[in-house]
Amino acid sequence: MSVMVDIRSVHKSFGPLDVLKGIDLQVRTGEVTVVLGPSGSGKSTLLRTINHLEKVDRGAISVDGALIGYRRSGDKLHELPEREVLKQRTRIGFVFQNFNLFPHLTVLENVIEAPVAALKRPRDQAVATARRLLERVGLADKADAYPRQLSGGQQQRVAIARALALEPKLLLFDEPTSALDPELVGEVLDVIKDLAHQGTTMIVVTHEIGFAREVADTVVFMDDGRIVEQGPPAEVLDRPRHERTRAFLSKVL
Amino acid sequence: MSSDTLTKLPAAPGTSGPADVPRIVPQRRYGQWAAAVVVLALLALAVTSVLRNEAFQWDVVAAYFTTDSVLRGLWLTLWLTAVVMALGFALGTLLAAARLSANPVLRGVSWGYVWLFRSIPILVQLLLWFNIGALYPTVLGVKTVDLLGPVTVAIIGLTLHEAAYAAEVVRGGILSVDRGQIEAAQALGLSRWRRWRRIVLPQAMRAIVPPAGNMLIGTLKGTSIVSVIAVNDLLFSVQLVYHRTYQVIPLLMVATVWYTVVTSVLSVGQHYLEKRYARGAERTR
Repeated sequence: MSVMVDIRSVHKSFGPLDVLKGIDLQVRTGEVTVVLGPSGSGKSTLLRTINHLEKVDRGAISVDGALIGYRRSGDKLHELPEREVLKQRTRIGFVFQNFNLFPHLTVLENVIEAPVAALKRPRDQAVATARRLLERVGLADKADAYPRQLSGGQQQRVAIARALALEPKLLLFDEPTSALDPELVGEVLDVIKDLAHQGTTMIVVTHEIGFAREVADTVVFMDDGRIVEQGPPAEVLDRPRHERTRAFLSKVL
Repeated sequence: MSSDTLTKLPAAPGTSGPADVPRIVPQRRYGQWAAAVVVLALLALAVTSVLRNEAFQWDVVAAYFTTDSVLRGLWLTLWLTAVVMALGFALGTLLAAARLSANPVLRGVSWGYVWLFRSIPILVQLLLWFNIGALYPTVLGVKTVDLLGPVTVAIIGLTLHEAAYAAEVVRGGILSVDRGQIEAAQALGLSRWRRWRRIVLPQAMRAIVPPAGNMLIGTLKGTSIVSVIAVNDLLFSVQLVYHRTYQVIPLLMVATVWYTVVTSVLSVGQHYLEKRYARGAERTR
């Protein structure tokens, strides 16, 4: 299978704090990669570098064969103008921990905003697609509601529909259930599982070990800015080779 | 206290609840009643004193209320307010954008502007502009005094002053928008302009409208200061009359009532503007 995401020796620091200390990771097309790790291990930062919400200090990331955020000439990487970066981002869906729906727009307006504004789709076509997506996440009847009238679980499902509206090649989830009440976690994970079963390429940063075991093709364990180990869930979760992975799993399981 | 104590209390007569649950009686607030009576009495006293004091000469107020000179003054006050608000907020929005930009030179200049124009009293600034001819007698071969008439000086002075305050109001509004909103818009590939106009500004407006309404009303009344440089606004037009007729109080009342009327209309407008920008803020529909 072809490689969808190719991350090569990525370094990133915030001031004196080294957050990513040389990350190498490949994600194959159609596979689900779940990233686990303690808080501050750099997993969210890594995810944000993939759509250039964070710029890397060193290394390179390509998605579907295209360098993200840079243009290569010789041995130099030149930063792309924002217009080009925005175009790249429309092919990568991103779902935030805090949903980040636009509170002053209705659910439908949230979902059609990017197709209409960034992809220049005709409005009625975008609306039809949006209604189909809302039905897929079980919220067809909430199209005219405002985000604050919905539960956290419903808001996150709208956020997923909003990301899907761009027909992305890759979906990135940044702790999609961490801001939810426990009884609302299941409905969001069900939507993500459904997408996984349909062969969507995705990278999910999460603390839900059960979800990782059930859905992941690859589990990646990160600690202190490095990938400690990676492999199929049966290996990493049940027979971890590294002490740090074992220590982490014993705390969360 | 054990739960027995509660259940053993006798039921109040006429309550519809279960027989053993006592009725709730709100606290009697005698102090509140007393305060209300005192305040209403003082208010009545003030109103009757105003209405019965002949020196107010309400008939004179009525006679001058809609005379041409007063209405011309009112009109100048209104359009001067509108122009100063529009130009002030346009410049203020640019200053706020500069202050929030990544460019340290722009940030510094914007900060310096706000510092300078908030430091100079508006009256001092108007007098300085009015006498700018002493510093620069000619501009591009034209005499400065011919170029800068009193009305132009009023627009320049008030706008520069207004912009300093507007910059802070707009900056506060933009800062009130959650950082995640901009990130979400970036992740969706929305252009810089679209992010600003469709996502940030409508949400910032919620925080901008109340202080901007305050500023609008403040500016409306603040324009009366231009009467010191002989601009024919509402205040100056009634002053012209009472300098001739010596009916000082009734003519000041003409201006007072007009300022109150316009302020009331603006307050109603602000209410509806706030409702418009509160879309999606409520949990109920």
